[in-house]
Amino acid sequence: MTTPPERPAMRTEDAVCRILIAGVSASLAFIVAGSLLSFLRGSYSSQPAEVARLSGPGGAFPRTAAWFLGGLAHFNGRAVIVAGLLLLIATPILRVAVSLYSFARERERDYVLITALVLILLLVSFALGKTG
Amino acid sequence: MTPLSFTLIVLGISYLAGLLGSLVGVGGGIVVVPALTLLMGVSIQNAIAVSIVSVIATSSGAAASYVRERITNMRLGMVLEVATVAGALTGASIAAYLSGRALFIAFALVLFYTSWSMFRPKGRSASAPPDPIADRLRLHGSYFDRSLGREVTYRVSRINVGLGVSYVAGVASGLLGIGGGVFKVPVMNLAMGMPIKACTATSNFMIGVTAAASAAVYLMRGEVLPFVAAPVAVGVLFGAKTGARLMGGVKSEFIRIIFVAVLALSAAQMLMKGLR
Repeated sequence: MTTPPERPAMRTEDAVCRILIAGVSASLAFIVAGSLLSFLRGSYSSQPAEVARLSGPGGAFPRTAAWFLGGLAHFNGRAVIVAGLLLLIATPILRVAVSLYSFARERERDYVLITALVLILLLVSFALGKTG
Repeated sequence: MTPLSFTLIVLGISYLAGLLGSLVGVGGGIVVVPALTLLMGVSIQNAIAVSIVSVIATSSGAAASYVRERITNMRLGMVLEVATVAGALTGASIAAYLSGRALFIAFALVLFYTSWSMFRPKGRSASAPPDPIADRLRLHGSYFDRSLGREVTYRVSRINVGLGVSYVAGVASGLLGIGGGVFKVPVMNLAMGMPIKACTATSNFMIGVTAAASAAVYLMRGEVLPFVAAPVAVGVLFGAKTGARLMGGVKSEFIRIIFVAVLALSAAQMLMKGLR
């Protein structure tokens, strides 16, 4: 096999691996910590109806930035879990951003265009999702 | 059931979902959604929102190993992501104007036909014509297959068909909230001439990006319940890691057979949603 042209690709692959592992580890840490906080601080009662409440509409969290940030500051278990879920969702998007940067550094013009297009489409869908 | 036993049961089911999903390149929704609704009493709406989280966890949990082992064709994944994300955007925008039932039935029929094509042993070895776009973008790949003990080299063909089907897969995930893996794996295997392991790993790589776009929307709507999503995310992440470790040593034929079973099962699930 031809080794030289594959070198730059491998460097992008290394960068992608690193961001994936970092993102997954960070989100895992937050989700596990949030779950432990919820259990250890007695946020969940032992009432028979508790599971139905938590896994139904009552388990939804208030979707305000104030609740989220305040919850984080007070080590509220569910707010910490939500932070972990946000990190999990951000990981694939960060992966696209990192590969865009890496392709740009390697001057792979075709792939800079391709990854930039993916990133733009993702941002558009976020923008539409907020309004729609 | 106590909150602790709920968490532990969901953790176990999600581990299996992540294991299965990472091996066959789909998001694990076909396990997570029925398990949450039928066994754990979660509403279908919340189960679907949580299953989007499981798609991302399956993808990100396994991707690092697959990319490092070069089973994932990362370049091809990125090229097809353009089509699949554009499709997801289209699907989400037109969802309000279309009947969900008819769509579920239509996609179910397509999936039944696809699972038959994947099951049929012949027709898969048809030689792939050269593709100038694949040459220019250097999409051809190779990886070391531990079960064969040798390097597997392949050439990618019919990139235009791959882009077309990826777009439709994106539309389907935007419209119906399903992972597009069930469409992406067959097109890479049947039309583009790639070995099955490269197909499932590359599909696994892509589904996280498509799902991330819709996951943010579900999270904003508050449909992702933290109490349910936490054990799903953790279980699926560890299951996907195990799956990625197993993939190299497993026979390709085994992966193909499970994929056909998963395909037939998700076709049946879709048909039921359409007929209900």
